[in-house]
Amino acid sequence: MSEPVIEIRNLNVDYGLGDQAVHAIRDVSLTLHRGEVLGLAGESGSGKSTLAYGMTRLLPPPGVITGGEVIYHPEKGDPYDVLSLTDRQLQAFRWAETAIVFQGAMNSLNPVHKISTQLTDVLRAHDPKMSENSRNARAREMLKLVGIAPDRMDAYPHQLSGGMRQRVMIGMALILQPQVVIMDEPTTALDVVMQRQILGQLVELRERLGFSVIFITHDLSLLVEFSNRIAIMYGGRIVEEAPAAAIYRDALHPYSSGLLGSFPALRGPRRELTGIPGSPPDLKGMPSGCSFHPRCPKAFEPCSSKVPVLTPHGDRSVACWLVES
Amino acid sequence: MKYFLQRVAFYLFTAWAAITLNFLIPRMIPGDPVQALVTKYQGQLSSQAIDSLYVLFGLNKDANLWEEYVSYWKQLLSGDLGLSFTFFPTPVSEIISNSLPWTLLLVGITTVISFLLGTGLGVLAGWRRGSWTDGLLPVTTFLSSVPYFWLGIIAIYLLTGPDSFFPSSGGFDAGLVPAFDQYFIPSAIQHSLLPALTILISSVSGWILSMRNMMVTVSSEDYITVAHAKGLSDRRVAMSYAARNALLPNVSGFALSLGFIVGGTLLVEIVFSYPGVGFQLFQALGASDYPLMQGIFLIITISVLVANLLADIAYLLLDPRTRKEG
Repeated sequence: MSEPVIEIRNLNVDYGLGDQAVHAIRDVSLTLHRGEVLGLAGESGSGKSTLAYGMTRLLPPPGVITGGEVIYHPEKGDPYDVLSLTDRQLQAFRWAETAIVFQGAMNSLNPVHKISTQLTDVLRAHDPKMSENSRNARAREMLKLVGIAPDRMDAYPHQLSGGMRQRVMIGMALILQPQVVIMDEPTTALDVVMQRQILGQLVELRERLGFSVIFITHDLSLLVEFSNRIAIMYGGRIVEEAPAAAIYRDALHPYSSGLLGSFPALRGPRRELTGIPGSPPDLKGMPSGCSFHPRCPKAFEPCSSKVPVLTPHGDRSVACWLVES
Repeated sequence: MKYFLQRVAFYLFTAWAAITLNFLIPRMIPGDPVQALVTKYQGQLSSQAIDSLYVLFGLNKDANLWEEYVSYWKQLLSGDLGLSFTFFPTPVSEIISNSLPWTLLLVGITTVISFLLGTGLGVLAGWRRGSWTDGLLPVTTFLSSVPYFWLGIIAIYLLTGPDSFFPSSGGFDAGLVPAFDQYFIPSAIQHSLLPALTILISSVSGWILSMRNMMVTVSSEDYITVAHAKGLSDRRVAMSYAARNALLPNVSGFALSLGFIVGGTLLVEIVFSYPGVGFQLFQALGASDYPLMQGIFLIITISVLVANLLADIAYLLLDPRTRKEG
């Protein structure tokens, strides 16, 4: 496997302080390799978006990072911990090294500024010496790259459709040629046809430009198609991590198989949808032991008392007593 | 452009309606100024005198309402607002043009300062939410709920007196003649300080509160997170993304408050006996001086309409979503 770009080590994120704090991310370690698409799946509230915000230090208050490291490996030079960067270093790091495409395609663009302004102010912030002409040329180029006519430069966000806006956001994310692009449910607000179109375009762009992607979604069947590896999150922990095909063929964790059973596959034979009984755990009062055990159809003796640890099994790892025994 | 013309047409219609009402209302009120004078002199006026008063006031013509309406418009268009009863025979237009600058300068300048100061502080308080600036909020809430005339009375009680720097009433020293010279201008400024401070203190809090709340609302928008994620400087995010969008409701509020400059500070002018339009209106009311009241109402109506038009234009410029074309 190729070298890592981002290594998340034992990341912990809380919402709130002191006794009231809710542990949204617990001891998550995850590695993104150069050029790969890493899928991050889980139900609402499993902590997948919090993980993305945490590793880029964009957590809205009262979110706090209480521990861990996020080691970034730049193309040239020594790796460094994103969490210990100064504000100025962080500003330079953002977007140039890791860009983000957010959930809300509709609200990610400022309604009162033209597309061109919002595309070029990134360039100005990161390279003040760049001339206005070359900034505009670059912005035009990016729009063309994502399939939007460059004469839409002077349009305001409300004059574009939802799909176009999200494509502008993708173009904006790629404008500084980052190593890593984090996509937080980038197609959730769009219709299925538009979803496919944008994802297809994304795959093509990734092959051409070679960036790595962390793709966050609750749609596991989508991930099976688009990603190289998939990490499944539950209750703020990663419960299983494996190559996409391996998860699809035989998921080791009962939660992963439950998730897979909840979505119709995009290709392949028809099968019955099952779903997972119960609802996601309340982060304030997590169940003892494995947090999935109250909903798990295969729960047995150690599950309710001891927390399973994520342990490697060949090219995959899983946190489940079932596999341990 | 089409939208803009539509707005202008709308305001012209509104102005016509307001002026027509302005014409009708005094004529629907029972009694007339001559009757008022007759009562004032308690029957000591002969019937000849009463007749000549009607002629003098121009109320003798047996014109019907429509003819009066037409001639009212004719007069209005030639800038003639009639003669004041209380300051007879001074034309209303002259009284208004004498008192308007006082109000415009005092209230106009304070409104602008108050808006700029309040909005600036509001941006700061909204962006640095959770810091010491939050401590200001209870104070501003308190001040914004205090009526300004009460604040004015307290200010006069506490700060004026025989030895005080602040005069308690008037727009300039009694011994001076209004002129742009080194005696009159400092005196006028000195007289305006206390009313100006009163208006400023009670109005600035409103701007701070509304701007801060809008900043807080806008700060949680997705595009603010995106702007942070883009690595823009904190200053740029605060100004170009957050404050720029949070400003919109405040701008229309500001334009509307410009409309109330002329009539809105009646009470401050009364408290400080300031020679502005509000004080004049107060006197006209006391004396049943219909032409003067009509004239002042007309000015207030027009200024509110112009301010509304300005608000629309400002919005067109600031918010692309209100522009219909393209």
